[in-house]
Amino acid sequence: MTTSQRMIKNLYRDSVSLMQFSEKLRALEGIQQASAVMATENNISLLVEAGLLSGAVPPSPNDLLIVVEGRDESATTTALDAAEAMLKTKSADTGEGGVRRVPPRSLEMSLESMPSANFVLISTPGEYAAAEARKALQLGLHVMMFSDNVSMEEEIPLKQYAREHDLLVMGPDCGTAIINGIPLGFANVVRRGDIGVVAASGTGLQQVTSLIDRFGAGITQAMGTGGHDLKSEVGGITMLQGIEALAKDKATKVILLVSKPPSPDVMKNVLDKAAKSKKPVVVEFIGADPQTITGGNIHGVKTLEDAARAAVLLSKGKTVKKFSNTLPARYKSLVKPAQKKLKKGQRYIRGLFSGGTFCYETVLLLSEALGKVYSNTPIKKDEKIPNVWKSLEHTVIDLGDDLFTQGRPHPMIDFRLRNERILQEAKDPETAVILLDVVLGYGSNMDPAGELIPAIQGAQKIAAKAKRNLVFVGSVCGTESDPQNLSRQEARLREVGVILTDSNAQAARLAAAIVGAR
Amino acid sequence: MVNKLFEQELQVINVGLSSFAESIQQTGGKSLQLDWRPPASGDRGIGMKLALRVNDPQVEAANRTAHERFLSAQPILMGVDAARNAIPNLGERTLLHAGPPIEWSRMCGPMQGAMIGAILYEGWAKDPESARDLAAGGGLHFAPCHHFGAVGPMSGVISPSMPVWIVKNQDHGNLSFSNLNEGLGKVLRFGANDASVLERLQWMGAVLGPAMNAALRQLGGVELRPIIAQALHMGDECHNRNAAASSLLFKRLTPALLKTDLPQSDLARVLEFIAGNDHFFLNISMACCKAMLDAGHGVAGSTLVTAMARNGVEFGVRMSGTGDAWFTAPAPMVAGLFFPGYSPSDAAPDLGDSAITETAGIGGFAMGAAPAIVQFVGGTPQDAIAYTREMYHITMGVNGGFTLPPLNFDAAPAGIDARKVVDTGIAPVINTGIAHKDAGVGQVGAGITRAPLACFEQAIANS
Repeated sequence: MTTSQRMIKNLYRDSVSLMQFSEKLRALEGIQQASAVMATENNISLLVEAGLLSGAVPPSPNDLLIVVEGRDESATTTALDAAEAMLKTKSADTGEGGVRRVPPRSLEMSLESMPSANFVLISTPGEYAAAEARKALQLGLHVMMFSDNVSMEEEIPLKQYAREHDLLVMGPDCGTAIINGIPLGFANVVRRGDIGVVAASGTGLQQVTSLIDRFGAGITQAMGTGGHDLKSEVGGITMLQGIEALAKDKATKVILLVSKPPSPDVMKNVLDKAAKSKKPVVVEFIGADPQTITGGNIHGVKTLEDAARAAVLLSKGKTVKKFSNTLPARYKSLVKPAQKKLKKGQRYIRGLFSGGTFCYETVLLLSEALGKVYSNTPIKKDEKIPNVWKSLEHTVIDLGDDLFTQGRPHPMIDFRLRNERILQEAKDPETAVILLDVVLGYGSNMDPAGELIPAIQGAQKIAAKAKRNLVFVGSVCGTESDPQNLSRQEARLREVGVILTDSNAQAARLAAAIVGAR
Repeated sequence: MVNKLFEQELQVINVGLSSFAESIQQTGGKSLQLDWRPPASGDRGIGMKLALRVNDPQVEAANRTAHERFLSAQPILMGVDAARNAIPNLGERTLLHAGPPIEWSRMCGPMQGAMIGAILYEGWAKDPESARDLAAGGGLHFAPCHHFGAVGPMSGVISPSMPVWIVKNQDHGNLSFSNLNEGLGKVLRFGANDASVLERLQWMGAVLGPAMNAALRQLGGVELRPIIAQALHMGDECHNRNAAASSLLFKRLTPALLKTDLPQSDLARVLEFIAGNDHFFLNISMACCKAMLDAGHGVAGSTLVTAMARNGVEFGVRMSGTGDAWFTAPAPMVAGLFFPGYSPSDAAPDLGDSAITETAGIGGFAMGAAPAIVQFVGGTPQDAIAYTREMYHITMGVNGGFTLPPLNFDAAPAGIDARKVVDTGIAPVINTGIAHKDAGVGQVGAGITRAPLACFEQAIANS
């Protein structure tokens, strides 16, 4: 161990920068201790005490003293040379850089950089979502809670506060909304028009808004309520607020409501509010009998497609007739050719869905046409699929079920699970039709056709090896303006033999017709 | 309001998945991504309690009251007297210390050393051994300075015979106190208690204190905020750098001292003592801040932080609306630079009442005005400004009386809001000296640290 020192004449540095400088010297190769100080009497005695100076040197307060302790003399000399060079070059920090700024860390802080913010979109883990929503509301901001796993005990006070302050809480578990033409969460790019939508179901909202666009009309607003809103505990607070807002909104001519059938008390309040709007209101309570809803300005419908169709007719000033429950003629002609491809033992539909409401609507329509349909979201308890991983007769699976999304992205984003299942169904000699939904829009996979095609072709190969054919039926929920582009996605799926209908309901009916009487 | 939203441009704050913010922008909307993390270190109960207090009308009103009282304070340095005369209700066998309450057995090395020094100074024991026995034996009352309107740097020990600065808030009428700064090196506040330390304390009590008192009487008191305001324009932040403020005070005191009937020899030593200590003003700065903050203390419902203080073991926070309660967490270590021959392994955890300066919006909060300080952690003048800018996000407002030249003379951030600290996770920044962990060695470095978030989380939990 060697200690060396050097005095640099007439060089002043303040003590803080010298302490900093000493740190740098300590980091040099082969150096254990280093100290750079102005050579005052006090500093010199400190160095002696610290054992860095063997004896006192005469003080010279205007000179800078560097002491280093290192491996050997070559290390200390190199360090002293380096130190002197560093002291004599000008600082590189010339102050050109700007001042670092902290990104917004709280809602309140965000308002400093976006003072006119009027809306908060929350997709934090569910356990923290209610607190963020509460802050947003107390700051006077409308809220959409994409987050799920928020309890009703947390949801109710949020919605009550929001109602008292004339603010909107869409959600929790609200996947979709379109406000002022801006898609939020998982949503399609839908033409603007005069139909206002309030929906308790995310994919339900995506289906009706996309079909409105497909049918040549457009929307004013599309609000989501979240799945719990129409339970009697919550009382449909958001749905009622939504109806009221659309009733007041001058741009909205027609109102469209989508939900599973609410509890009777909530249903009554919703229909009362709808009646008071004095605007035509289309009501799709998925699974309820439309006749029990229809009356006055209210038009009950059976499917999401009928809902969109009715709303578009009303928006164009036309009257709504009763919609047919059967497959339209243009799809009927597709039934026979498809049936011809199938062998006798191929009897069942295997529906693999990424959208919960698409799955639910399909179960309803298929059971009406075919009887028993097994599912993880059955209508009847005894039709719950015993093993979700293995199909049984007619089976329709919602792959967006929590069961499948543990630790992996939603099936609208990640197609691996559905693709594996397609191949699995292809191996089953009883599989006749594989029924699919494809959801476009922001939030979804940027090329769903590209994800599905290899699996569809793989399934066809498996079937061909066993001298069978498979029929693929599906619908694409989306618009021409979606980033994935509706026509392009449809064309690519048709190229590999998928039979596409405009809507989920028609796809279900077509599939039922193919496996039905033949 | 819902219908108003339909007529406005949608401007979205996005909390969570950043792809949602991007798609809003891609479709022509405006969005701002929040740099979100679970507030209150993920404690849901505190998180919800916090949420309920954000923009709550009652809390806002309480905070306006507390903040106005704090800002309108006019602390005047009135005089110097023995603690037993100056500090109301100070018991005869009471020793005050820095930070939240702590019993003898848990005190850090420097604080125990300072206590022993104070016992010897009071003549309650004749040697360090018996002083230690007395302290451990339970015959003395130890209490935080803060419980008596007082503040002290480092171990912050004040005993009944010690001279203390007396500061009066002219606006609110409240008093605050601090001991007199002994200088650097072997000093009581770092736990030194040998003969040289005791001798200096005796002199301070017998000569310096009365001299200061006489000079202040001559002056009719000294308004403190103008001195701090001016020092902030001269490179001080009045916590870790007091070079300018000490000089400004020296300028005020010297002519007054010359008008007193102090003997020439005493006068010379007094002036020499003040001139030789760049931190002479620190204790006065602290008492000034304490007087300001105490005015804002005790407003029901207010989340104004009125004290941050450390005892070398724990860091404690007090809040206006929660009375005498302390919210504590283990005292952090200080990141900084060390004097020659010392390293981080020699350091005691964060110590002293001096964080009262940051609580009042100077010190680390005004670092932008004192770029020399930021070098302690290898920073640039830009970093110093950035520290100050960051503190605006956790304060209730600004102090128009304290402006900062490098920030285009913007007013300094002032009045920590515990809600904002917990919500943003931005911890108050503190400039501070580093004490040796062993009694009596003294200061071994200086640097920058952050107040522990846990203290503010507990404050909100109990609000």
